[in-house]
Amino acid sequence: MSSPGASGTATRVSRIAGTERIVDVLAPLVAVLAAFLVGGLVVAAIGESPLRFYSTLFRGAFANADSVGLVLFNATPLIFAGLAVAFAFRAGLFNIGGEGQLYIGSFVCTWVALQLPGAPRVLLIPVLILASAAGGGLWAAIPGYLKARLGVHEVINTIMMNFIAVGLTSYLVINIFKEAGQMTPQTATIPIAGELPRLAYFFQSLGVPLPAANPLNVSFLIALAAVWLAWFILHRTTLGYEIRAVGHNASAAECAGINVRRTLVLAMLLSGAFAGLVATNEVMGFRHRFLDNFSSGIGFMGIAVALLGRNSPFGVLFAALLFGVLNTGALEVDLFTDVPRELILVVQAVTIILVVVGNEIVRRRREGGATSRRRSEATAIGQDGSAEAS
Amino acid sequence: MPEQNAVEMRGVTKRYPRVVACDCVDLDVRRGEIHAIIGENGAGKSTLMKILYGMVRPDEGSIRLNGTSLIGHAPSDSIKLGLGMVHQHFMLIDPFTVAENVVLGIEPVRAGLLVDGQAARERVERLSSEYGLALDPDERIENLSVGLEQRAEIVKVLYRGADILILDEPTGVLTPQEVAELFLVLRSLRQSGRTIIFITHKLNEVIELADRVTVMRDGRVTGVVSASETTPGELARMMVGRDVLLRVERGEATQGEPVLAVSKLSAVGRKGAHVLDQVNLEIRSGEILGIAGVQGNGQTELVDVITGLHAASSGNVMLSGTDITNRRPRVIRDMGVAHVPEDRLARGLVPEFTVAENLVLGNQHHAEYCHHGLIDVVKIEEHARELIAEHDLRPADPSVRASHLSGGNQQKLIVAREFDSDPALLVASQPTRGVDIGAIEFVHTSILKMRDAGAAVLLVSAELSEIMTLSDRIAVMYGGRIVAEFEGGTVTEEDLGCYMTGAANDSRGQATAEGAA
Repeated sequence: MSSPGASGTATRVSRIAGTERIVDVLAPLVAVLAAFLVGGLVVAAIGESPLRFYSTLFRGAFANADSVGLVLFNATPLIFAGLAVAFAFRAGLFNIGGEGQLYIGSFVCTWVALQLPGAPRVLLIPVLILASAAGGGLWAAIPGYLKARLGVHEVINTIMMNFIAVGLTSYLVINIFKEAGQMTPQTATIPIAGELPRLAYFFQSLGVPLPAANPLNVSFLIALAAVWLAWFILHRTTLGYEIRAVGHNASAAECAGINVRRTLVLAMLLSGAFAGLVATNEVMGFRHRFLDNFSSGIGFMGIAVALLGRNSPFGVLFAALLFGVLNTGALEVDLFTDVPRELILVVQAVTIILVVVGNEIVRRRREGGATSRRRSEATAIGQDGSAEAS
Repeated sequence: MPEQNAVEMRGVTKRYPRVVACDCVDLDVRRGEIHAIIGENGAGKSTLMKILYGMVRPDEGSIRLNGTSLIGHAPSDSIKLGLGMVHQHFMLIDPFTVAENVVLGIEPVRAGLLVDGQAARERVERLSSEYGLALDPDERIENLSVGLEQRAEIVKVLYRGADILILDEPTGVLTPQEVAELFLVLRSLRQSGRTIIFITHKLNEVIELADRVTVMRDGRVTGVVSASETTPGELARMMVGRDVLLRVERGEATQGEPVLAVSKLSAVGRKGAHVLDQVNLEIRSGEILGIAGVQGNGQTELVDVITGLHAASSGNVMLSGTDITNRRPRVIRDMGVAHVPEDRLARGLVPEFTVAENLVLGNQHHAEYCHHGLIDVVKIEEHARELIAEHDLRPADPSVRASHLSGGNQQKLIVAREFDSDPALLVASQPTRGVDIGAIEFVHTSILKMRDAGAAVLLVSAELSEIMTLSDRIAVMYGGRIVAEFEGGTVTEEDLGCYMTGAANDSRGQATAEGAA
């Protein structure tokens, strides 16, 4: 639709590109605020004060160093799970299998740790991080391969792989690796050399009064590194270039000589690796063992996080932190108000819906109606057909 | 007194966030005339027609259709007032018959419930014989040629009572014979008192068919002229805003060794049919071989097999003496085969990528841009600036997304990238489809420059004038085979058209085909 020819066009388009970036960042923020507004209405509808609800929520999340530590701790697995979804999405793949991948990653991590009781810390920690990533990555590579080779849709297969992963780890933990003499379905603890240190002492040495009991650990720093790594892979490596090319336009990529199948499998492998890294927080940093059914949906929350973060690594970080705030504040809401904590779930869901709606509005406006026009064309056909029939 | 104008649009303006698609446009279409609307891509012709039809709502302006003012109307309103649109992409249901498609949505009904198939057939037959459309109402759409599908669309619109017909780029997909037949149909429709609005960018068609012409550029009307009093050159000047070379000069080039040699090449399509059947051809360096043919006769597969995108089932492709049959696309590219694919948005570029990223697509793994798996963004941008300056890509900004470029500039981007690698063989498929006249001039000049620099060029085009202007030799494909081959300049469009439709193949084509093999 653009009309080049005038030299003014160049600056106009560049200015538009700049505006676009601002809109990209602002749109989700506006959606979040709108979601808070809707959440407030829901709170008011059940006869509670929205102001009190939000002040309690944010006090719960930001009252002191301890609660901020909890926010970061709660956000850590969501960062990994969100990166997994976002990364696959950049290759045009919808990885619903984060849940299964993080279970397998966590189990492999635990199993490897239990096999290496005497290993020194400098060796064990990198090995366990790699094991987590490898477990999740290989689990995701299976549906990736089926997609690339046979064209089987990855959504179905990643969901099925979730069932398999949950069932398989459950079986292994209960029947083979259960801690001796315990009723709880969990493995024995991993060697101390495989534990990631908590960040409390580090922050205390900086003068931040983070209590020693706060579960925030080095895994959060790994998550930050993973955010950067995902960005770096996507935007600074040839593989990332090819992944994005395949994700945006697979036939153009193929035409340009890119091996689309290989790229798809690699993208899924890396995506699953990010999901597997959840183990660094849940196993190495916090529980120090594999607990059956520990996740309760981190992998699925990852989908929401990636959506909210618009599939960009730094967006994922922002979204995971927001979810961390909401999850942490929910506890306080539960304790000190009559608003059920389930309402936080409503706010989260409303946020995501509004972000998705907002994205769509921005996209349609931006494309000058290119796609919406195609759609309205389709509805127009429907209209004239029915109008004639009457 | 009956209103003279079938359509009156006054001051119609439509703004999109990035561009003003229609800027205070006036359009008068007289009753009973064939009115052509011409302009480059993005000039606003399609938007204007969508506004008239009711698919797009204008920001400003008034519209009168057959004397009735329309405000905020939907397509159903304009249809009731006698407007019908034959879309560029046909809206037909393939497994249904012609008659079923025509009556769809307003079926004649028997006994209150049942579709009266007999009545539908009769009405289709009556309409098509009235205007010489020669359509079999019982034939399924999927068995029809493109030209016949278009007729089914026209009958569909007539069945709905249209007396003003909009045809959006109706000749783009037709052979010369089909175009001639379409023009007969349109003239007989005019004779019956109907009004026709004809959107195109082909200037010769305008002169041949239209009564009056409205020319658009950048969302504005730049001229309304009578077709009998204008020339293609004048129309081009109004469309582009400067003088344009409508036909590039082709000098002699020295031909060297054979670069591409295809022998007995066959391939099987998705449905298991033989889409390529024992194809032989040879192109020397410094030579352009043009492949003419109706779309869907194996040209796409020929290009895909040569570039490694489609598997050959037998035969082989040699590039300067090396067998490249069924090698990976990347290997073939790296051996010096450049490819301008037929659908630039689907295969030529990644619209969401920036111009700079698109300008290395396919070369991103080369040592120039890639060190130990990392891409050199600085180098990629430098390279982009060079190519942008060299080929006058607009806007001249490497960080703009390719989707923001006009069709012509997108095509220039692809040509700039593919020609940059100094290829031994250039495969160009529909290189000027849907691009404006200025960009056509650029693409044609570039192809000739490549040839003069010693490249072998395989040019596939549905545009016969393009084939005839550029080619040193012309081969015609029909049914997956090369059915005829000519030296450039020794054949007329009509003759080519005969071979393209298979009409000539039984008699005189045989000898030529054997000669070519």
